[in-house]
Amino acid sequence: MKALLKMTWIEFKLQLREPVGLFFTLAFPLMLLFIFGSIYGNDPVDVLGGFGSIDLSVPGYIGMIIGTIGMIALPISLANYREQGVLRRFRATPLPSGTVLWSQVIVSVIMTALGALLLVAAGTGIYDLRIPEASLAVVLATILAALSFLSLGFVLAGLLPTPRSAQAVGMALFYPMLFLSGAAMPRQFMPESVQTVAEFLPLTHVVKLLEDLWLQGTWNLTSLAVVVGMLLVCLFVSRRTFRWE
Amino acid sequence: MDSIIEVRSIRKTYGGVAAVDDVSFTVQRGEIFAIVGPNGAGKTTTVESIIGLRQPDSGVIRVLGMDPQREDAALRQRIGVQLQEAALPDRIKVWEALDLFASFYPQTVDWEQLLQDWGLAEKRQTQFAKLSGGQKQRLFICLALLNDPEVVFLDELTTGLDPQARRATWDAVLAIRERGKTVVLVTHFMDEAEALADRVAIIDRGRVVALDTPECLIANLDTARRVTFGKVNGFSAQMLAGVPGLRNVVENGRTVTAYGRGPLVIHLAAALKENNLYPNDLHVEQANLEDVFLALTGRQIRA
Repeated sequence: MKALLKMTWIEFKLQLREPVGLFFTLAFPLMLLFIFGSIYGNDPVDVLGGFGSIDLSVPGYIGMIIGTIGMIALPISLANYREQGVLRRFRATPLPSGTVLWSQVIVSVIMTALGALLLVAAGTGIYDLRIPEASLAVVLATILAALSFLSLGFVLAGLLPTPRSAQAVGMALFYPMLFLSGAAMPRQFMPESVQTVAEFLPLTHVVKLLEDLWLQGTWNLTSLAVVVGMLLVCLFVSRRTFRWE
Repeated sequence: MDSIIEVRSIRKTYGGVAAVDDVSFTVQRGEIFAIVGPNGAGKTTTVESIIGLRQPDSGVIRVLGMDPQREDAALRQRIGVQLQEAALPDRIKVWEALDLFASFYPQTVDWEQLLQDWGLAEKRQTQFAKLSGGQKQRLFICLALLNDPEVVFLDELTTGLDPQARRATWDAVLAIRERGKTVVLVTHFMDEAEALADRVAIIDRGRVVALDTPECLIANLDTARRVTFGKVNGFSAQMLAGVPGLRNVVENGRTVTAYGRGPLVIHLAAALKENNLYPNDLHVEQANLEDVFLALTGRQIRA
């Protein structure tokens, strides 16, 4: 336990020393918030079901953070640790092998939470963002969705041999999802055919899950099933494919 | 003597090729035991089996009386390891690495003192990626000594270091032994094994081809001694026939080299004097472990 806490704390400090990672998890979503907030404001819009643009964007941006960390940051970081021999070094200690991986999970969830809190703080402070009534449910769903995408990250880290290939595949998965899922821009603006395609992307269901809880306080059960299903499948697969060397 | 590591007939194959093939040896408490051999000979597989990172297909290993496969966590409390091709996160600071690794053990030595002892005190705030090769290796030694282990495994400790850092690291290895530790040193540098080890196991193609003290390995060579001198007028190789211990004479241009064992130089000088030959550049060279490897395998170690 002492080791897990120490490992998590140091991993957290290491991530704070990684400017690129920090930019994409903390700064970039805020930038989008300011850009689109200054263009559209947060007044109710009919085509968005009577919600403001920012009310709809913030759950999406949280989905974006979850996607970035799960599909890009975590697989690259794990592949790096494996390629450099960091995982190998830890394995030669009495430390239970899961500790290194758990610290990655915990720090990733903390970074997700930090990114989300910054968005909420800026959103409420500047654009009068609607605070969800089911706020506890939103927190739970955020953690669940983060775990689901982190498990996907472990699958990618297990299947892809190098940091370069992890980066390439991670981005190839992430960017289509980013633009089609409603994470970066509301799905409501997209043609129906695109929205149909988006139904097959897991990130879409993260965004829908968070959106429905945020705006209506209801659990989107289809999306919940997709998120939980991906978590279980990825846990199963990553246990068999994860490699330490 | 008190044996601390016992390896009996271990074997490990990868895809039908034996990386380690019937390797056996014991390591005694307090000695520096070197496992030497060319790259790919099976040294690292052997050591990784001993510390429980790999499971041999067959054979028995006992370290401090423990089975490295079944009692891996307990074993790793009592050993220290510096691994080949291992690293720390680029941005971790020296003190953070020690603080982190200290949390893995119920009891550790004072790591501030380790930093002092190994000349890293001024680097405590430096990130791992900014350390020099020698500093990284010293940090790895500190991490390996953190839990006050009984045995320390050092795998290719000096590979990639410049000659000066390499010498300093050799002193470090001797200092580890002076602290009462047993050291298992894995290296492909024969000179390193010769300079540091009490006993050497030479491994080639997965097998132990020789195991003894460096002195005995060299002394047992038929060509352990080399005497070289300039070819003076009137010399012919027949004059050396019957010199005790002489195995071979090679004439190379103006130079003659005689190979043999025992007090070769004395007998040879006597034979030269008998023939009234007085070369004034006669000198003796001692064979080294590279010559032992060549004699045992018919190949240069770097080939």
